[in-house]
Amino acid sequence: MLGYLASRLAQTVFVLLGVVTVAFLITNLIPADPARMLAGRQASEETVAGIRSQLGLDKPLYMQYGRYVGGLARGDLGRSYQQRTDIRTLLLSRLPATLQLTAGGIFFELLFGIPLGILAALYAGRALDKVVMVFAFLGVSAPQFALGLILLYVFAYRFALLPLGGYGTPQHLILPALTLAVTGAGWYARVMRGAMIETLQADYIRTGTAKGLARRRVVVKHALRNAVLPVIAMIGLDIGLLMGGVVVVESVFAWPGIGQLAWQAIQVLDIPVIMGTVLLTAFFIVLGNLLADLVYPLVDPRIRYG
Amino acid sequence: MKSLRTCVLGALLLFGAAGAQERGGSIVVTYKDDISTLDPAIGYDWQNFSIIKAMFSGLMDYEPGTAELVPNLATDYTVSDDGKTYTFTLREGVLFHNGRELTAEDVKYSLERTLDPATRSPGQGFYLGIEGAQAFVDGEADAVSGIRVPDPTTVEITLSEPSAPFLHLMALNFSFVVPQEEVERYGEDFGRNPVGTGAFKLREWQLGQRLVIERNPDYFHEGLPHLDEVIYEVGVEPTVALLRLQRGQADILGDGVPPAQFVSLTSNPANEQLIASGSQLQTGYLTLNTNVAPFDNVKVRRAVNMAVNKERVVQLINGRATPATQPLPPLMPGYDDAYTGYAYDPEGAKALLAEAGFPDGFATQLYATNTDPNPRIAQAIQQDLAAVGIDAELRTQAQSTVIAAGGEQGGAPMVWSGGMAWIADYPDPSNFYWPILSCSAATQGGWNWAWYCNEELDAQATAADAMVQPDQAEARVAAWRDIYAQVMDDAPWVPVFNETRYTVHSARLGGPEGAFVDPTHTPVDYEHVYVQ
Repeated sequence: MLGYLASRLAQTVFVLLGVVTVAFLITNLIPADPARMLAGRQASEETVAGIRSQLGLDKPLYMQYGRYVGGLARGDLGRSYQQRTDIRTLLLSRLPATLQLTAGGIFFELLFGIPLGILAALYAGRALDKVVMVFAFLGVSAPQFALGLILLYVFAYRFALLPLGGYGTPQHLILPALTLAVTGAGWYARVMRGAMIETLQADYIRTGTAKGLARRRVVVKHALRNAVLPVIAMIGLDIGLLMGGVVVVESVFAWPGIGQLAWQAIQVLDIPVIMGTVLLTAFFIVLGNLLADLVYPLVDPRIRYG
Repeated sequence: MKSLRTCVLGALLLFGAAGAQERGGSIVVTYKDDISTLDPAIGYDWQNFSIIKAMFSGLMDYEPGTAELVPNLATDYTVSDDGKTYTFTLREGVLFHNGRELTAEDVKYSLERTLDPATRSPGQGFYLGIEGAQAFVDGEADAVSGIRVPDPTTVEITLSEPSAPFLHLMALNFSFVVPQEEVERYGEDFGRNPVGTGAFKLREWQLGQRLVIERNPDYFHEGLPHLDEVIYEVGVEPTVALLRLQRGQADILGDGVPPAQFVSLTSNPANEQLIASGSQLQTGYLTLNTNVAPFDNVKVRRAVNMAVNKERVVQLINGRATPATQPLPPLMPGYDDAYTGYAYDPEGAKALLAEAGFPDGFATQLYATNTDPNPRIAQAIQQDLAAVGIDAELRTQAQSTVIAAGGEQGGAPMVWSGGMAWIADYPDPSNFYWPILSCSAATQGGWNWAWYCNEELDAQATAADAMVQPDQAEARVAAWRDIYAQVMDDAPWVPVFNETRYTVHSARLGGPEGAFVDPTHTPVDYEHVYVQ
């Protein structure tokens, strides 16, 4: 197990290095000049050249790459072109908000996804199942931007039950987390339903029912405990999906997280910030995948890592 | 100028009539994007500019709501007979937010800091006309020889050539005075820890969330500002910001009226008191690359000028602009009321194209940024061109990509400027010429996307800018009016419209009418607004 963990962590480093390389190439292939964006329209060619050389942008690409990766190895992510702030400070100031939002998203996904999935499985093929599955389908397909605005309009503007965007209190978290969770809740409901139907057909369930156990006891004690395991394993992968979804949700709800930072940096071609946010997001996706892999053997004892 | 004066008078009357300017109160301003920096030597976007102006001061400023220069940190100035040397007398007893008194050395330090390549100031280029500035930038001198401090309350600035717009540069944020000890203390992070002499000082700044500035009790303009504090909440979508304003949770929409809500908002009479509108120092234009065939033919350029239906473009953006006839916007000195430009005349355009040797039109490309409403405007122009036989392929791309294509010789045959340019840095006619129409700007990476270069006009412009004495002001404006008439004759641009600015504010907010659409403050003049 420890050997497996070590090799996975080593892989992680390579995956992140790959991400850095690809992101570095893409941001540098954009036919636009960050130095000119910074220099402003009054700048002479000399001023632009001066800025370019200060930022090291006049060096060949491989040297810039080497410098960036060298900095990473020392934990130095560089400084923002635009804001001139240390990237680590920027990312750390945004991280808590995104983690909160992701955690809130997962909470709502499970809160809605699991019960709905169970309900659909118990009534499989009947009207209730169909209604739940239609809602799950709608949830999976709902555009987050529109959904967020509708929720804001109804709950924060019309009925003023919750704040109109912003960050700080648990009340602020409810609507963005809910918006983020709608897609995932649909997926969880479908997975939960599938697993539950499969489990309910298993021999030991039939045995339990045959020996006269109450329906509730069979479902909750025997079936649920087994059927919920694939859902739990899904959470790890979900972290990555949510990290991608936060960009839209954060901008609708004025949520000061990583997604918003990334979006603003892309607009002004602030390459060090773009790189930093990509790297951080990739880190969480890789971490989520690792967690998912580590959870699998617990879910299914037949899987073992040597 | 006359209309401008009437405006000022109107504003003053309103100001007097409102009367009840109260002291105190706190307002909330919302923005979609985070505030990038509050370092006056570095800030160069419309968002941080007004906040920087609220926290820092320059030697000169503008009469509120107008484009008229008045001394600010200076109490007075004189110009030498050769027009090259300006001597500023400083106001005494001005304190920085850290309590230290401002001296003439600080003025010199701040200007040299903007020029210093290590600062990477986007404003550096503005100040290279100061004598010795180039040598300082090139590292050949430790100081700028043209900036001298004979005593602690006097600054002398000598230019290489006389330059009428120079005083505007002293009202531009890049010349605002910063205290050396604080800049050195914070280094690269000074932009997050701004210390100036302005009406407000920093209270708190949570990155990506909110910025709070509070009244500077030692501000040198007595009785100002009216407000106790201004709270900036960032990351707020304009649509959500409007909901917050309607709920009483915001006072000013920093990003303006969201386009989708514009019609419903402005058509409701109940909102009349909440919306201020005014002209901006802005022109939206189409550049015709004079280096790319067939736009090297002046007849083709004139034909395109006649082909574009400007009224329809203005309708397309819900009337948030007025059709333009010339490069300068109406508020700018030098704007020619009598000049009518090229009238919309597709038949005439066709005839002119035939005369130029293109009876069947030609194929070309039109570049525009990909943010609304610019793709829609570019499409409208594309249709107008198609109607006279010109087949323009649309290239809607990210802003930085379009800017790069425009700055490439032969890169972009036509560029629609919307979303990128051109709002004046300062209200002087030269500001629409040198950076975007002169030979010196027709360079790789420059902003003269028409690649227009008329050396004869450059000479006339240089001569106009040499008229620095107060009694030459009128002749200078006339000279510039003439220069722009000649530009229109060569037709390197199609001037399409001048944007109107709309500022939405809460009902409790008051101030002189100009304070909400001041041409030199966006979105408002924080010093002069108050809570009723």
